[in-house]
Amino acid sequence: MKKKSLAVQIKKYWPFYIMMLPALIYLFINNYMPMSGLVLAFKKYNVRDGIFGSPWIGLQNFEFLFATKDAWIITRNTILYNLAFIIAGTVSAIGLAVFLNDIVSKKRKKVYQTLVLLPYMISMVVVAYLANAFLSSDTGFINNYILEPLGLQPVSFYSETKYWPFILIFINIWKGVGYSCIMYLANLGGIDPGYYEAAALDGATRWQRFTKITLPCLKPTIITLTILSIGKMFYSDFGLFYQVPMQSGALFSVTQTIDTYVFYGLMKNGNIGMSAAAGFYQSMVGFILVLGTNAVIRRISRENAMF
Amino acid sequence: MVENRKGYDIFINVILILICICCVAPFVLLIASSFTAESSLIKDGYFFIPKEFSTEAYKFLLGDNSIFRAYGVTILLTASGTAINLLITTMIAYPLSKQDMPGRSFFNFFVFFTMLFAGGLVPTYMMWTQIFHIKNTFAALLFPSLLTNGFTIMMMRSYFQQNIPPEVLESARIDGANEFYILFKIVMPMSLPILATVGLMAGLMYWNDWNNNLYYITEPGLNSIQGLLNRMLTNAQYLKQTATMGNVGAASVPTTAVRMAVAVLGAVPILCIYPFFQKYFVKGMTMGAVKG
Repeated sequence: MKKKSLAVQIKKYWPFYIMMLPALIYLFINNYMPMSGLVLAFKKYNVRDGIFGSPWIGLQNFEFLFATKDAWIITRNTILYNLAFIIAGTVSAIGLAVFLNDIVSKKRKKVYQTLVLLPYMISMVVVAYLANAFLSSDTGFINNYILEPLGLQPVSFYSETKYWPFILIFINIWKGVGYSCIMYLANLGGIDPGYYEAAALDGATRWQRFTKITLPCLKPTIITLTILSIGKMFYSDFGLFYQVPMQSGALFSVTQTIDTYVFYGLMKNGNIGMSAAAGFYQSMVGFILVLGTNAVIRRISRENAMF
Repeated sequence: MVENRKGYDIFINVILILICICCVAPFVLLIASSFTAESSLIKDGYFFIPKEFSTEAYKFLLGDNSIFRAYGVTILLTASGTAINLLITTMIAYPLSKQDMPGRSFFNFFVFFTMLFAGGLVPTYMMWTQIFHIKNTFAALLFPSLLTNGFTIMMMRSYFQQNIPPEVLESARIDGANEFYILFKIVMPMSLPILATVGLMAGLMYWNDWNNNLYYITEPGLNSIQGLLNRMLTNAQYLKQTATMGNVGAASVPTTAVRMAVAVLGAVPILCIYPFFQKYFVKGMTMGAVKG
């Protein structure tokens, strides 16, 4: 009985299966087939034998990778930058959202929001040009119009590591804050104004109202978004770390992340074994982090869990 | 209380104006530099007002074929990529919105798992170049980012579930319409907001894409605008090396200003168009962040 009805069902639904076909084939090719290519991390790759024909070498690629200082540097950079982006990004997004939400004039609010979203719309390459216009050592704005009039020595930004953590964090926030404040803004719009009126009547200061009403109302969103970002902590924005420092070798100790390392190994140094090992390391740890963070969300608030 | 309100109002307006200046100023610097004479740029550096106004950079670009070609590639890529993306996204999202389709949970998981786990750059690159041989073809710009992951599919699926009343589809079915007709003639016209959101996100992604150019293209004729920018960033002489020279001698290429002018050409169209579509972007962002 059950079987027959299934056949009837499938017959009824066959046009839907045909509709899904292009996307399913695409996902199979673009997303599933490369997963099998992860075996490259355990092989000594050569072009003639290809991905699956190349000889197995066990864990040698990983031994080489973790014997170098690079493995530590790229892991540290990836994680620390992500942490900095999460903390600084959340604080600035909430701040911006609160300010935007408090703007009375609808028109002004819209103009402000349009302008803070501008950087989100452009590619990282263009961002690298913008940064270069400020930072370039001989023609840059900072050296020519800020440091020189002040009588300070020009700085050669592209060869001094100490500035880069700040530059990269600043650019990341500059580019992303207009986007990330949208979620908080939507949230703030849903808070009952009655709370604020009652608190104001009781003499609560603006700061007290922020910490006692606004923050608790935003808390679920903050937690969910933070946990989601922790799930992506082993991945970095390749464009930010590849384009903005303009591939300056002198900066690698503070700008190299797992993603740029994999790219350089694959495309520039021809070190495919180590590149594949680093990629495998990223995929696996990244997957564990996603599963782990999802388990945490499930415990905190089931409805926000991904699965 | 009233006075307090006014003071705070001024305070937040000032802060927001400062933030907005911070967001816009770099673009002003970029545009101003592109209109500055090469000699002045080299002598005085980039400044917010051209010290010596000049359109030589743009004149050079007008005399050079590669910029028109790059624009052509970008436009063709953005148009075809967005269209194909929208089409196949809709065609999988609609069936997935059917609660009682046999195998629905399997297909859902098939899409969803791509958001959790990825093979990464090395295997993806190997597969596209060695199995599908897309290196130095237009397909290399189009295919590797056609559906980046299952995210937009999930978004569109929830939209269909929440916004298309089943009765409408049922009555069309009774009238003898087939499922493809229903999707293209009834469901899609009823879903214009989500189509706009997904389409704009895909269009923005394609317009701004330089990664595929970096990975798969070495042939200058296939450079998109962003690809060209990527090549010129660390190799200021790139245009000079690859350009098919028109009316400008190779020696007099205003390299510094030209780089800025190309960056302007890559960014400005988006900046001009996007305020008109802002609400769709914002909508997509809130929807997307709510539920994966």
